[in-house]
Amino acid sequence: MLQMVVCVKQVPDTAEVRIDPRTNTLVRAGVPAIINPFDAHAVEAAVRLKEKYGGRVTALSMGPLQAEEVLRRALGMGADRAILLTDRAFAGSDTLATSYILARAIEALSRETPVDLVFCGKQAIDGDTAQVGPGIATRLGFTQLTYCMAIDAVDLEQGYIQVQRKLEGKREIIRGRLPALLTVVKDLNELSYLSLPALIRAALATITTWNKDNLDLDPAQIGLKGSPTSVRRIFAPPARPGGEIIPGEPRAAAATLVARLVQMKIIADK
Amino acid sequence: MALRFEVVIVGAGPAGLAAAITLARAGVEVIIFERGEHPGSKNVMGGVLYRHPTETIVPRFYQEAPLERPVVEQRLWLLTDEAALTLGYKSMTFAGEPYNAFTVLRARFDRWLAEQAVAAGALLINETVVEDLLWEKDRVVGVRAGRAEGDVRAEVVILAEGANSLLTQKAGLKKDGINTNQLAVAVKEIIALPREKIEDRFNLEEGQGCTIELLGDATKGMMGTAFIYTNKDSLSVGVGVLLSSLVRRRLNPNDLLEHLKSHPMVRRLLTGGESKEYQGHLIPEGGYRAIPKLYGNGVLVAGDAAMLVNGIHREGSNLAMTSGLLAAKTILAAREKGDYSAANLAPYREMLAESFVLQDLQKYQRAPFFFDQNPHFFTLYPQLLSRAAREFLTVDNVPKGEKQKRIWREITAERSRIQLAGDLYHFWRVMG
Amino acid sequence: MPADTANTGYRGVWVFIEQVGGEVAPVSWELLGAGRQLADALGVELAGVLLGQGVAGLVTEAWAYGADKVYLVEDPVLGPYRTAPYARALVQLVKEYKPEILLLGATSLGRDLSGAVATSLGTGLTADCTSLTIDPETRLLEQTRPAFGGNVMATILCRRHRPQMATVRPRVMPMPSRQEDRRGELVRVDMAFNEAEARAEVIEIIEEKNKAIYLDRAEIIVAGGRGVGSKENFRLLEELAGVLGGTLGASRAAVEAGWLPPEYQVGQTGTTVRPKVYFAIGISGAIQHLVGMQGADVIVAVNNDPQAPIFKIATYGIVGDFREVVPALTAEFHRQLAPGPG
Ligand SMILES: Cc1cc2nc3c(=O)[nH]c(=O)nc-3n(C[C@H](O)[C@H](O)[C@H](O)COP(=O)(O)OP(=O)(O)OC[C@H]3O[C@@H](n4cnc5c(N)ncnc54)[C@H](O)[C@@H]3O)c2cc1C
Ligand SMILES: Cc1cc2nc3c(=O)[nH]c(=O)nc-3n(C[C@H](O)[C@H](O)[C@H](O)COP(=O)(O)OP(=O)(O)OC[C@H]3O[C@@H](n4cnc5c(N)ncnc54)[C@H](O)[C@@H]3O)c2cc1C
Ligand SMILES: Nc1ncnc2c1ncn2[C@@H]1O[C@H](COP(=O)(O)O)[C@@H](O)[C@H]1O
Repeated sequence: MLQMVVCVKQVPDTAEVRIDPRTNTLVRAGVPAIINPFDAHAVEAAVRLKEKYGGRVTALSMGPLQAEEVLRRALGMGADRAILLTDRAFAGSDTLATSYILARAIEALSRETPVDLVFCGKQAIDGDTAQVGPGIATRLGFTQLTYCMAIDAVDLEQGYIQVQRKLEGKREIIRGRLPALLTVVKDLNELSYLSLPALIRAALATITTWNKDNLDLDPAQIGLKGSPTSVRRIFAPPARPGGEIIPGEPRAAAATLVARLVQMKIIADK
Repeated sequence: MALRFEVVIVGAGPAGLAAAITLARAGVEVIIFERGEHPGSKNVMGGVLYRHPTETIVPRFYQEAPLERPVVEQRLWLLTDEAALTLGYKSMTFAGEPYNAFTVLRARFDRWLAEQAVAAGALLINETVVEDLLWEKDRVVGVRAGRAEGDVRAEVVILAEGANSLLTQKAGLKKDGINTNQLAVAVKEIIALPREKIEDRFNLEEGQGCTIELLGDATKGMMGTAFIYTNKDSLSVGVGVLLSSLVRRRLNPNDLLEHLKSHPMVRRLLTGGESKEYQGHLIPEGGYRAIPKLYGNGVLVAGDAAMLVNGIHREGSNLAMTSGLLAAKTILAAREKGDYSAANLAPYREMLAESFVLQDLQKYQRAPFFFDQNPHFFTLYPQLLSRAAREFLTVDNVPKGEKQKRIWREITAERSRIQLAGDLYHFWRVMG
Repeated sequence: MPADTANTGYRGVWVFIEQVGGEVAPVSWELLGAGRQLADALGVELAGVLLGQGVAGLVTEAWAYGADKVYLVEDPVLGPYRTAPYARALVQLVKEYKPEILLLGATSLGRDLSGAVATSLGTGLTADCTSLTIDPETRLLEQTRPAFGGNVMATILCRRHRPQMATVRPRVMPMPSRQEDRRGELVRVDMAFNEAEARAEVIEIIEEKNKAIYLDRAEIIVAGGRGVGSKENFRLLEELAGVLGGTLGASRAAVEAGWLPPEYQVGQTGTTVRPKVYFAIGISGAIQHLVGMQGADVIVAVNNDPQAPIFKIATYGIVGDFREVVPALTAEFHRQLAPGPG
């Protein structure tokens, strides 16, 4: 029986976030929110392990009340229960504070039944930091296995998990001691299409919410106060100085361009 | 074992959601299926949303719904390739309660409306296509959703699936296949533009909105209309024309939209805008005569699926909501008797006939056929009117009487007096 | 957790020198280049940190790329990379020698390690920076990075905690020149490790045979997007790349269509490249693509839509159908690059 926790984050569909050029602030209103795509694969992975080895999957998210939606999605994918960590005091948390809060919640769950595996996405597409997973692993003292693209085996008796990690141009096969925290890439699995009864169950399920008082937290380590990084300024990406259109028919334009590049010695003789 | 609900609704558009809210509030167990990721994610509309029918379903919705701008001005532009004859009505009474209409973005509005249905107790299932109906003899007894264990049994099914009404065909209420004379194709772009620019260019007070419908060259003279609507910080720009005329002219709707956007009168309104979204959709434009059978044993059709669109006044969402509401009322009455056979659902059609829905459509019932047969209403007349206006307004020492004669000569060179009289007569019969 | 005053006594700029099997990730040298400027701006020392087994030979390399000092920890447990012992070694060094800035490459190893280290130190960490500067007044590190899929840029500070930690993607910073005879100081630090603390055992590392893994080092990239239309059409791009000795690349749209494998994707969720010449063929120029290639010296865009945003940033653009333009380019390069009589 594997006790598993999956951390899922609600993120804005990033393609649509814009910056207001006048006020230099983010225009986030009305941008649809989705489950962080990597986290969906993390849920899928946990649910498949449950089917194979037995156990229980808890989906965990920190965010505003609307983040309930991504937890419902996790439930629809087969998670057994969902917990939303929501509190005004959590607002403004950077990755250090976020990993602290999530780790405290996982510790609380571990007091019920010890947790064997925690799953995170490789990174959240809004911040792209890939820091929360390692942060949680470090705080819990779990084996940290990032960029997992395959789970080869779990042996509860021997207390290890063997995974394949996706590295630059390489694949690493590594065996780690349990308990462990995995961050996952999309190659790990294909999301399965849910059955209708599962979807209905998820839509009707109640989601547990925990606020700061449900967790044993050091107030200095959460929210803005617990976040060492701060944003000094945000701005629209600088435009690269605009270009020159080479006129003429394709052939003539090509000849002009090639001559230009050769002349600039940018492309030289091989 | 199949799941069981009292009512299954296919499609979370205005029609389906109006029905769902009404039924759920009355304590009926309702499940709504929506194929899109969220209600609205696949829906397209110009979109002018009318206050009245919406308020019947959610009182004072305008205090909380995600609306873009209240419409205070409606303009009509008759375009030729380089000119525009314009007509408009603006009233500040439209700027406040009770309001008349709002521009909306469906991706947001439908989602909000769906939240109201869920809050009332309806169960919304997204990303799920209803693929077929379940039958017992000649009765619809449920639906088959495109997921494992997807059968759902129901006492009655409401088909609110929109213009591409495959299930309505499967229910035997409508003939199979697409009739290109009865469907318009519309494409639309959402163009981001800062608020102040919109208010400047359209001569609007802060937060207020306007609509422009465009005819003539806007559709390259095809039967249809184009539109420009103001949202909070974007414009909705689109064009819709009858499928048959597109096929005839071998054009694709995207070319039409590009043509519209580059028109000298339109271009200026859009300059500096950034295209954010591009969408295409069908509009059922068959009118009254194309309305399918509206009910059968255990099944009702509402909204676009039932062809309830008034193309001439670009009304659709209001007819959809009203029909959804009446479908729900019909069901509540049938529920009292515990009988959802066709005979007990017949009051649906009667209620629609008593409402503006069928009365309006009946009034214009000849229009689709008439305009399809007489394309010169979209080609020649805008040209002539525009030329007449130019002639009349050009100051060049020619006496006005002489100008009138010239105009008349030009017109009669294109269309004989008899033809003109005939056109006028028919136009009056169709529209009057 | 460190108190607000934790930053006193922290001095110097550090770069983590990432090596696997004795081979240094080039981003580490790029970071020494960037670190040099930061150290000069602050008037402090630049140091490299080298962890591993049998890697002492790399110390001279680090000096040659600008390190004034190299901290070296060697132990068999540090042979194959495992998070726990590496993180502990780095944390211990930081606590002992107190650098004010610590930079790592945003490689899979660098991200894996930096997240763990920053958490243990209870300090801030900014990922994927594209620019690092010093605010002369406060001496704070200004860490600028793309956020929200590259649609906005954010400048981030770590005001009160030390060290200020940042990762930088490969190829974002220019490679500094190598100074052959430059020498510096070596600080060898002894630490005790035991295999059990690694918590993991590397069983095998498999090389994925794929040309695209060199994408981030390619000098010439011919990249195609949705506009290329089909897998077959990529042949035309391959021919152009062939005559230039370049590599193929792709937008996400082309990868999602299955025309090239994911390894070829350039951009926010793909590889960041910094070639001499980048050909963008049938690529519209979405911001997520641009952030991955706008460091190219020269960008050439071929697109049949004169309004395509890619033209706004391209050094040279040709408006036209790539099916005509690309073969013409191939033919012209062939002609003009052919060893002529003169
Ligand atoms: C370009 C354009 C401009 C328009 N402008 C206006 C305007 O300004 N004002 C106005 O009032 N009207 C306008 N209309 C018309 C208006 O959009 C429609 O009349 C209205 O949306 C109809 O509502 P409905 O609920 O019947 O259908 P829809 O809004 O089309 O909703 C149907 C829903 O059913 C879902 N669905 C379909 N099949 C299935 C299935 N098998 N399983 C599950 N789900 C399914 C669809 O995803 C969709 O969400 C416009 C239409 C277009 C195309
Ligand atoms: C979180 C997030 C991360 C992303 N990460 C990445 C990323 O890493 N990399 C990436 O590339 N994208 C990324 N994207 C996607 C990105 O937003 C764009 O969708 C994508 O880059 C578009 O690819 P494209 O330019 O090939 O296609 P399109 O935008 O469809 O452009 C195709 C272009 O081809 C032109 N064309 C068509 N036919 C021809 C012809 N015959 N001759 C010449 N030109 C022609 C067209 O005019 C058009 O400009 C990301 C998106 C999100 C939301
Ligand atoms: N607020 C959050 N709630 C739950 N999980 C989170 C949260 N933030 C980050 N995570 C997890 O950490 C991963 C990496 O996030 P990040 O470090 O922000 O890129 C995500 O894929 C999630 O699994």
